[in-house]
Formats: sequence, structure tokens, C-alpha cells
Amino acid sequence: MCGPKIKISEANYLKIKEICASFNNNPGELINVLHKTQEHFGYLPEEVQQVVADCLGIPVGKVFGVVSFYSFFTMKPKGKYAISVCLGTACYVKGAEKILDALKSELKISEGGVTDDGKFSLDVLRCVGACGLAPVMTINGKTYGRLVPEQVKNILAEYAD
Amino acid sequence: MNNVETYANIPVIINKGADWFSSIGTEKSKGTKVFALAGKINNVGLIEVPMGITLREIIYEIGGGIKGGKKFKAVQTGGPSGGCLTEKHLDTPIDYDSLVAAGSMMGSGGMIVMDEDDCMVAIAKFYLGFTVDESCGKCTPCRVGNKRLHEILTKITDGKGTMEDLEKLKNLSSVIKDTALCGLGQTSPNPVLSTINNFWDEYVEHVTEKKCRAGQCKALKKYYIDPEKCKGCTACARACPVGAITGTLKNPHVIDQDKCIKCGTCYEKCRFGAISIK
Amino acid sequence: MDTIKLTIDNRAVEVPKGTTILKAADQMGIKIPTLCNFELEGLALKNHPGGCRICVVEVAGRRNLAPACITECMQDMVVKTNSPRAINARKTVLELMLSDHPNDCLQCPKNGKCELQALAADMGIREIPFQGEQSEYPIELSPSIVRDANKCIMCRRCESVCHEYQSVGAIGAVERGFPAVVAPAFGKNLIDTNCVFCGQCIAVCPVGALSEVDHTGKVLRDIANPDVKTAVQVAPAVRVALGEEFGMPAGSIVTGKIAAALKAIGFDYVFDTDWSADLTIMEEGTEAIGRFKAFLAGDKNVKIPIMTSCCPAWVNFYEKFYPELREYPSTAKSPQGMFGATVKTFFADKIGVPREKLISVSVMPCVAKKYECEREELGANGNPDVDYSITTRELARIIKMCNIDFKNLPEAKFDSPLGESTGAAVIFGVTGGVMEAALRTAAEVLTGQTLPKVDFEEVRGLEGVREATIPIPGVIDLKVAVVYGLKNARMIMEQIKAGNCPYHFVEVMACPGGCIDGAGQPYHHGDASIIKARHAAIYKADREMPLRKSHENPEIISIYKEFYGEPGSEKAHHLLHTHYFDKKKHFDLEK
Repeated sequence: MCGPKIKISEANYLKIKEICASFNNNPGELINVLHKTQEHFGYLPEEVQQVVADCLGIPVGKVFGVVSFYSFFTMKPKGKYAISVCLGTACYVKGAEKILDALKSELKISEGGVTDDGKFSLDVLRCVGACGLAPVMTINGKTYGRLVPEQVKNILAEYAD
Repeated sequence: MNNVETYANIPVIINKGADWFSSIGTEKSKGTKVFALAGKINNVGLIEVPMGITLREIIYEIGGGIKGGKKFKAVQTGGPSGGCLTEKHLDTPIDYDSLVAAGSMMGSGGMIVMDEDDCMVAIAKFYLGFTVDESCGKCTPCRVGNKRLHEILTKITDGKGTMEDLEKLKNLSSVIKDTALCGLGQTSPNPVLSTINNFWDEYVEHVTEKKCRAGQCKALKKYYIDPEKCKGCTACARACPVGAITGTLKNPHVIDQDKCIKCGTCYEKCRFGAISIK
Repeated sequence: MDTIKLTIDNRAVEVPKGTTILKAADQMGIKIPTLCNFELEGLALKNHPGGCRICVVEVAGRRNLAPACITECMQDMVVKTNSPRAINARKTVLELMLSDHPNDCLQCPKNGKCELQALAADMGIREIPFQGEQSEYPIELSPSIVRDANKCIMCRRCESVCHEYQSVGAIGAVERGFPAVVAPAFGKNLIDTNCVFCGQCIAVCPVGALSEVDHTGKVLRDIANPDVKTAVQVAPAVRVALGEEFGMPAGSIVTGKIAAALKAIGFDYVFDTDWSADLTIMEEGTEAIGRFKAFLAGDKNVKIPIMTSCCPAWVNFYEKFYPELREYPSTAKSPQGMFGATVKTFFADKIGVPREKLISVSVMPCVAKKYECEREELGANGNPDVDYSITTRELARIIKMCNIDFKNLPEAKFDSPLGESTGAAVIFGVTGGVMEAALRTAAEVLTGQTLPKVDFEEVRGLEGVREATIPIPGVIDLKVAVVYGLKNARMIMEQIKAGNCPYHFVEVMACPGGCIDGAGQPYHHGDASIIKARHAAIYKADREMPLRKSHENPEIISIYKEFYGEPGSEKAHHLLHTHYFDKKKHFDLEK
């Protein structure tokens, strides 16, 4: 009999070890380790968290506790183009929900979702600090301001690849 | 000091001296303040103003008045922990103390202007949505209490609220403020209390008349066809997804309010402006 | 010492600096209700997150209400624990909690023992004014523990126990806000985590979110089945705790009443785990002596320290966390296991019943024993040595179901030939007991002389880590350590790993104070005096036994004569010893 086996590629395993080692395998650096790890992999699936826990010498539950707590961390891969719609107050009063609705119906996904082809993911966030441009959304960090729902289709078309 | 605005003030104070800086502002709040002016206002953006300036100056002089000539309703300051200032506060000099006295706070320095199209119950619900998202879940009043506040507000904006719900909102808000573990929970009911204090009539209207005067609460919207304006083109009846509109060609049409799902499709389809929302 | 003077509910009080309002009020006889706050004083087990906000009180001059559990008394503070504002807030917070809690008290395993239910009664809750979304989680069944996260009130006592006290970390807070709950990572079941099934999460849970797997129905069904015979064994710690379930004071020794009750319930054979505890000493003691002798002879390969292996949560712990060190613990089965192996072979043969037709049941202070019963290696041809284990609490429920007036029940004796025991066996129920029992036998075997005094006071006590040097004249100055709490056991394992463990012999128990506070015992609700009373009762029971050393037990002497030959014999090895597995998670690296 043997304990549970966790499958992971050797390259990924070594990469996580390297990231953890760069923080001296210090459990106090868990959040920073997770940031770096997510930066590398794009998301934090179970096996990745298992390796992080192992390297830092903490229960995987602690890692998962942090990953599931912070909305920035994700266990699902994001789309190639990550769309974030600002739902801060200024954007809200300027009709951000209508922008969100337009995106949802255009992409046929809901908040937190990814399109079937993996191209777009849709999230909401609370204030990108561009209240003067309200309502605002960002796609892979590029900001689109003073939006009206009718623009959504054309903006998405910019990402036709 | 861990705030960019604080740091930004330092060079000017060093160059021009503390006396100069102190000469600006009010008795207790010296110097200037940066606000992020946003919302339903003509000029939006960051503004630096002397402490003690009035809301009227900010909105109508710097901000260039309300967009589209609409009627001013409120300014939300301080972010989700803050509160609303209304018409009666327009001439109050703004500083730390006066904002607190008016039931709001300086907080984030956000200043979001709202007009007659903004429903204050929906705004309170919007802020609670934020707190529910941001609650860490450690203490009961914030974890469950804010969720329940949000649910009661949703019930009201859905037209299902009762006067008892309004009493629950008040008690629950004060208990959450009194018992929550951290600053988030201790201030999260502020938008509810502030809007209840300043816009009690709107709350009561939602409950007793099932009416949202701003027309923002979808469930309370009612679409009507003006028989004078309706040409009987049938475009609305064909577009209605639930078959709520009846009428014959070239005769005025009628919306069955029981069937209507308030989707607004008819409103968009009508080419004669015959459909109105009440 | 600096003291603080303050007023609580209009009465002046003086307390040492650093005292919380909760403790200060408690000293004055003012009970402020709490839920998340928990402490087993003197047993290193505590949880003070200040999260439930039930204990809020009004402090003059303070903007908001103060949580009494984590607010320190200040000079001239004026505290009202029962002002209308505090009571309204407390009640509202409780109503909020109840608004996300199932209303199934009648079917709840904690019915009548639930701290939330008791508080709702005290606070006069008649309706819950808040309706809304309720948490919905699947109820999880593991071999030992039932987890119903719908009932979780996020007090996080279980998390503290699992992480801080046991260093296991199988359950912890996940998610945030309303969906926040204490659960295993990735929505897994406990069996797929590092959970060692110590069950201390159950022992501290104020509500019915965590409870033991209930086998009371099985017991009654098997007793009623005319096709099978039933044999039951009762662990040492049960006899100093069961009385509490029937209103008897903590520390009442009810050995004779238990034997009588089990007979009244209808078990065919009522035996005693104390008997097999004596047997454990013979086997484990022999193994230990063998290792000590090899060690003294300079054998570099012998595993020293030898560690006890009767605590099933501890066994799970080293299989899951330190499989590379699994040769250190004794191979001796636990007393439950030895009893099971003997009853299903020797005794089944004796009464002429095939093992499948002899249902062997154990009554344990423990929930990890339920998991132990399911271990494939502890059985033969798929038939377990112990069919199932019930806890002290389950036995109490059966006794109540059977209308037995336990308090007034005349005492009876355990049946022969697996019922006789010594004082060395009964002390298995406390931390340090297995060590002391082993020392009583090992010292006499090693020196060939009768001990002038059987009490080894050095290894007794309730500190989490105790060490002593026991001189065995002419043989060895035996360095021993006794630990409870798996965090302390982890420390020893790390010492072994680092090659600097100074001990020859180590006893490990998972639960606070040993089995007396096992997760199957009557709930103590944080009252450490109950544990201390059980602790004292165990040693009282030991003193009152006519025989105090395992090797003097006549039924042990005769089982070796009749069946096992001698300690460590081939047959003994086959039936009374076991082996351990590597259950640690492994990374399967793909190229």
C-alpha cells in the first residue's frame, strides 16, 4: 500500500520548487510564492498547490485556504484575453452593469467564466482607479473607458486573432 | 503615513512652509484635499480643493453641474464605508468633521455624484454587494449579517419588502456596526443607515407603493403604451418574448402587466415613443 | 503582580493585569455566554479567535460593543454584561447564526449536547427573523467522523485543534465571506486527506457539524440476531467517564456497572480490553527489552527509541507523515487489536463458533478505533478481528434506549477467560499509563527482582511533554518521554530524523491527557476539571486493583500456557503484532 499519488510533470514540479526556494521555502512567504506561481502557470491547480505545500512544509489545506480566500488567485485557467469589468461605484452609477450584461450575452458566459474556445474570460472587479473614465473595463490590462454597451461587440472583434 | 496623498503634500509644505499650508482649510482640517470626482457630473476627474469648500462649489463650479441637465440627488463620499450627502448639505463646508456630522466620512476621497435616475435603495444594495464580497467570514455579524442586509435590500428592490423589513434593516445595521470584528464590518451598514436617514421616503415608496421613483429597480418598472401615440404598427407585440402585448393592426396596443417581464424590448422597438416607463 | 480595578454589572472587582472581561466576570459568578471561545486549561488546547461575537458586552465610553473573550480589563473600566444594548446585539447575532443553521435539532447527533441549542434556549429564541440563503454542503461520512458542514458556525475550534494541537491540518477555513466554512482542501473527503481520525474536532465542536459515525443500530441488530454470538470489550478510559452521561460526578469509577449494563443489553460475552492491555504489555514489553538488549550490545541497526503503538490516531499519523520512521513504533497491535485477534481465534474455537458468526464489538473512548477496525491487516480472510467499535457516548445512548437504570445498577464482573486485569492495564487510559505499565513489567524482567514500589510517579502528570530517567539497576538508565498531542509527537519524530533523539522509550497519545479525553468520551465542553477528575480516577482504580503488574495477571499467564506459548512467539507474532504502511502523499513525476 502506498499513499495518494499526485501526478505532475517533472518540469512543473522543478519550477515550483525553484520558486519556493527563491523565497527560502519560508511558509510566511506563501502569498508571494502563490503570486509567482500563478504568474508562471496562469492558474493554481490542485497539484501545484500540493507541491507548494510540500516545499513550504505546511498542510495543503493552508495553501488552499489562501487560494480560495483571495479572488486574485484562481484554480481555473483564465482566457487568452482576460476581461475585467469595473463595478466600482463610479462605474456602477454610469451603467457598468449594462456593459457587463452586453459582454455576457456576447460571449455567452457569466462572471468568472471562460469561453469554450478558451479565448475570453470574464471577471468583475471593484475599481481600477479610473473613475473619470467610467464605465471602464480592461482586457489583458488594456483599459477601455466611457463605454456604452453598443461598443462591446466591436471591441471584442479587435481580438479576432 | 502610508498614503500617497499625504506624501504628495510634503514637498509643497517644505517649500512653502507650514504656515502657508495651515492658512488653507478650516479650523480643524488644514490644507487641501484631493477628491476623485465622478458620476453624473459634467467634469469628472481628480480635483484638489481647499478644505472647507462647499459641495455646491465642487459640483456646480468645478464639476460643471449635473450631466444632461438632470436633477442633483446625492453625493456619495468615503466609499463603501461612507454615506450620502444630499441637497440640504450643498452649502456645508466640507472637512473631516462636517462629513462625519452629516453621517458620511472622508474615507477614500471618492465623491460620486448621483442624479434623479439613481435609486438610493439600489445604491445601498450595491454597496452591500461589495461588503458581502469583501467580508472575510471570520465574525458572524459581517459574514451572515451583511448577507442578510443584502437579501433584505434585494427583497425591497424586488418589490417584496415590508415595513417590518425596514425595521429589521435598522436594527441589523446598528447591531453589525456594534459587534463586527474589524473596520469593514463596523462600517458596512453605513450606506444603508445613511440612505435610510436621508431617503426614508424612497424606501417607504418601494415597500408600500411598489414604486421606484428613479426607475432603476427593474422589478418595479411598469411599461405603458400611450394610446394617443401608438400607431398600431405591431412591432412591439411581435418583439415581446412573452406575448404580453395585444392589439390589432393600426389600433392602439395594450401591455398585460401580469405577463410583462420588464425586459424593455418593446420600449426599444417602438419607433413612435409611445411606450413609457413608470 | 499588577492588578486592575474595574466594575462589572455594578460590582467592583480586582483582577491581575491581562485578565479578559470574560474571565473577570466568570470569577464573579457572571457567566457571559460564548461559542467560539474554548480552552482546556492546563491541557494546551485553546481557541480564542473572537469571531462569533456572542460574548459582546457594553463598556462605558467605548464606541462599539466589546467581545468579552478577547478584551482585557482596564483600570476603572465600567462593564455592563446585560445592558439592553448588549442583550439585543447578542440575540441578533445568535439569530443571524441560526438563520444559516439547519433546524433539525431532533435528528441531530448533538441534540441535548449542543452549545448553540442551549444558548438559543437561554436567549429565549422563539423565531428567526432573518430568512435567506442557507449554506448547502454534502454530508460526509468517513470511517470515524461524520462531517455536516451545514451546521458549522465557523467557531474554528476544530481548526485550532487540527492545526495547532495535532499539527495535522486536515481541515481549515476555506473560501471567504458567507461561503466561508471549515473543510478539507479541494472539497475532498477526510479519508483523502491527512486526517488521522483522532476526532478531537468532534470533542470540541460546539454543534453537530462534527460527530462520530454511529453504530448503535448495528449493536442492537446483532444482539437481536439469533444466528450470531456477540462478544464485547471495554477500554480502560470508558470506566471513569461513562457515569457522567447518567448524572454521576466526573471521575466516578463505574467498571462493575458497565459489565452489568452490557450483560443487560444482551451481549453474550462481556470482556475487558484491560485484559488485552496486559497482553499488550507482555508483547510490547518483550519487544522493547529485545531492542534495549540489542542496543546495549552495540547493535547499530536497532531502532531506538521504541515507541508505543496503541493509539490509532498516532499510528495513522506516522503512516501519513513519517512512514520512513515506521520501524520505530512497536509492532505490537493495540489492546483492541490484540483482543480482537484472540477472541476471533482462541475464543471462537473454544466456544465452537466460526469467526464470522462471532461478532466482536469494542467500546472505546475513541473514534480513531472505528478506523482501526476497518484496517484490512487486522482481520483474517476479510473478516475483521473487531467488527466495529462504539464510543463511550454511543454506549450511553444504548443503555438509555434499553431503559437501564445505570446509576442504580448492581455491579457485575467481566466474563472469563478474557476479563481479568491488573492496575497496569487500567492506567492505559491516561497519558503515561502505557509507559508506567511497561516499566512495571520490563524492570522486573530485566533485573529479575520484584519492584519495591510499583508507582512510577516520574511519568505521571498532565503536561504535554514529560521526560524522565528511570534507573534499571545494573542494566540501563532508561531515558523515557511521554507525550500527548500529535504536535508533540511530531517534535519527537523530527528529533529521530535529525538523529538527536535522546530517548530509549517514548509513549505517544493523540488526545489531551490520553484516552480519558478521547474523542468518544462524554463531552466536557471545555471544562478541564472533568479531565482531571477522570485522570485521578484512573490512578485510584489502579491503586484499588489487587494485582498491579501485567505479567501477574492469571488470565494472561494462562493464555500463554494454553494458546500463545510465550511472549514474542511465532503465534504471538502472527496474531498480536502488525506492520505499518507508507501512506504519505507522493509526487508521480511525468517526464
